[in-house]
Amino acid sequence: MNISIVNGHIVDPANGIDEITSLYIADDRIVHVGAEAPAGFDSEREIDASGRLVIPGLVDLAARLGEPGFEYKADIGSESLAAVSAGITTLCCPPDTSPAIDAPAEIEFIEQRQDEVGLARIRVIAALTKGLRGDQLTEMAALKEAGCVGVSNVLAPFASSQVARSALAYAASHDLTVFIHPEDHELANNGCIHEGEVATRLGLPPVPEAAETAAIGHFLPIIKLTGARVHFCRLSTGEGMNMVRRARIDGLPVTADVCAHQLFLTEMDAADFNPLCHTRPPLRTQRDKAALRAALTQNGIDAICSDHQPHELDAKLAPFAATEPGISALETLLPLTLRLVEEEVLTLSEAIAKVTRDPARILGAAELGHLGAGAAADVVIVDPEAEWECAPRRFLSRGKNSPFGGWPFRGAVTHTLVGGELVYQR
Amino acid sequence: MIETMQPGPLPASMQLTDDGRLRHFLTIEGLPASLLTEILDVAESFSVVATQPVKKVPLLRGKTIFNLFFEPSTRTRTTFELAAKRLSADVMNMNISTSATTKGESLLDTLRNLEAMYSDMFIVRHADSGAAQLIAQHVAPHISVINAGDGRHAHPTQAMLDVFTIRRHKPDLTALRVAIVGDILHSRVARSQIHAFNTLNTGEVRVIAPKTLLPENVEQLGVQVFHSMREGLRDVDVVIMLRLQKERMTSALLPSEHEYFRLYGLTEETLAYAKPDAMVMHPGPANRGVEIASSVADGPRSVILEQVSNGLAVRMAVMSMCLGASGGAPR
Repeated sequence: MNISIVNGHIVDPANGIDEITSLYIADDRIVHVGAEAPAGFDSEREIDASGRLVIPGLVDLAARLGEPGFEYKADIGSESLAAVSAGITTLCCPPDTSPAIDAPAEIEFIEQRQDEVGLARIRVIAALTKGLRGDQLTEMAALKEAGCVGVSNVLAPFASSQVARSALAYAASHDLTVFIHPEDHELANNGCIHEGEVATRLGLPPVPEAAETAAIGHFLPIIKLTGARVHFCRLSTGEGMNMVRRARIDGLPVTADVCAHQLFLTEMDAADFNPLCHTRPPLRTQRDKAALRAALTQNGIDAICSDHQPHELDAKLAPFAATEPGISALETLLPLTLRLVEEEVLTLSEAIAKVTRDPARILGAAELGHLGAGAAADVVIVDPEAEWECAPRRFLSRGKNSPFGGWPFRGAVTHTLVGGELVYQR
Repeated sequence: MIETMQPGPLPASMQLTDDGRLRHFLTIEGLPASLLTEILDVAESFSVVATQPVKKVPLLRGKTIFNLFFEPSTRTRTTFELAAKRLSADVMNMNISTSATTKGESLLDTLRNLEAMYSDMFIVRHADSGAAQLIAQHVAPHISVINAGDGRHAHPTQAMLDVFTIRRHKPDLTALRVAIVGDILHSRVARSQIHAFNTLNTGEVRVIAPKTLLPENVEQLGVQVFHSMREGLRDVDVVIMLRLQKERMTSALLPSEHEYFRLYGLTEETLAYAKPDAMVMHPGPANRGVEIASSVADGPRSVILEQVSNGLAVRMAVMSMCLGASGGAPR
């Protein structure tokens, strides 16, 4: 179908567009952005976007979708709907499912589920070692042929530094980006909260800042040695971020992301044993939060992701340390990103870039995250003035575990198109 | 109840009623000095009961109290049980293994079952920090929860009985220098003691331990930090020794019992660093020869057995106050 989205405020950072104009879609591709339709374009449907923002569909670098293995928490159907309702059109699924995504069959399963559901695009980050056990390499070439966008051992440790070296070297030979979650397993020591004032007061097992910095320090020389392209996931400390930035200045091929809640919450939010603020890595200090925010514009952090982890009610109804870490975060990713604009941390264009252009670049997905001619027609229309209050009980995600209940947000998605199809309309 | 259970913050402020009276007793932190003093005064009135021929008062007659012990304990459970019986309440002891099922499920499921038996109070001990607060948040409104120790977080009745014992010997806390020695990192007792001493404006609170047994930022709890007994015990009025678990050796926090005793054990020699009339305390059970020498534990300056007797009066005070029945204590 030919669709035109007219008179909207189009923000497309990849192509330097930030103006009121129109967008033209033919079938599943964007054909043109401009005041006039291209010659011969016959619009079958026109969406009036006056007073609205028109942005590329969001690309989320990390979302747990419940399948396979955790269907009691969530499923691809529920989470895809939650995603598109919140403007996210591409979801990256980490391999820590059950079983782990360590063979082409699992990737095919997820793609099949994506097609059945037919809402968001799902991209798979495959396991770097078999069963994420950290000792044997996966068949990375086959995983790449099956469509994975990268490889990761997620939070599971490697059996040795030698295995880590081999894994990175092998991934590099197949031009696969390695997604590293920097956590030194031993220093983290099964902790559940940032090692600092709050942990000491509450008597909870802590995770020191050094769990992150030691892991980054461990991997940087291995990256240099192997030439692997590495993406550091979920940075939580200012010091860790500085190490990544310095490595980048030294010319190492590294990128990094932060999840949205690390830009808004700190250890203090867990001070009343609030299990909704139990995350891994843990919420850090006010100083870390400020450093991560500053890094968004200082070449320190490329992308903002949701790190969506939907949980059933019982997973959070236990003493803090016994609860499962993670936040149901799809439906707060865009609202929190827009709030960074309101709080003057980023300009609108910079903010949109962090959830569209930049994560798409990390995935090497040329057709995603922008609105240039030839791009996939993944488009989101936002009413920038709509004010609403976050109510996790009404989330479309099956996970209602969000600490943002009661937060006022401005800006709501009104339309979401994926591949030229209107998959969500409010 | 099941419908209304939602995870969320567990503020310690819930232990007070709107008019500032004790509803639950979960942590010392955040309680006003006046309330701590009230607990001590009420406990003083109850300590008389133990010396009378009939050791019972009818204050909690008809009330049902459940001792919920998710972590093994004999001494603490027994004193709570005895305190409840002296107040004429019916007491049930439940020792619940946490290994049988996942901790969270057994915890809240157990609650649902016990509530159905019309209980009035839960005394809770649990291996996870915050467990008592979680239970208090989710119980029916008429039920009081007393924390008998949660993880490394709090053991408020132990701290109050320690303060009670000190006050009997040295009534002006503001003039005292107190040192807590040993495994502060893993100790709920130490955390509650520190809050109690600071709330009551104790002159100085010190902790003495190697860095491996101290939590980060411990000084922000309001303590002076020392790594040696010689400096830490200087001019101290009260020495509180903490129990050292043997597994601290295997987890590489300490090299050996021998070295620990040599550096941090309380002997007659090390006690000499403190004031000549310094009192020696221990929440029990003591590891003789590991953190304290028998000659000191049984010596003239030890009040360890007094602590045990005082525990009864303090627990009676807290239980009766939570159930709104403290006014009738005999004086």
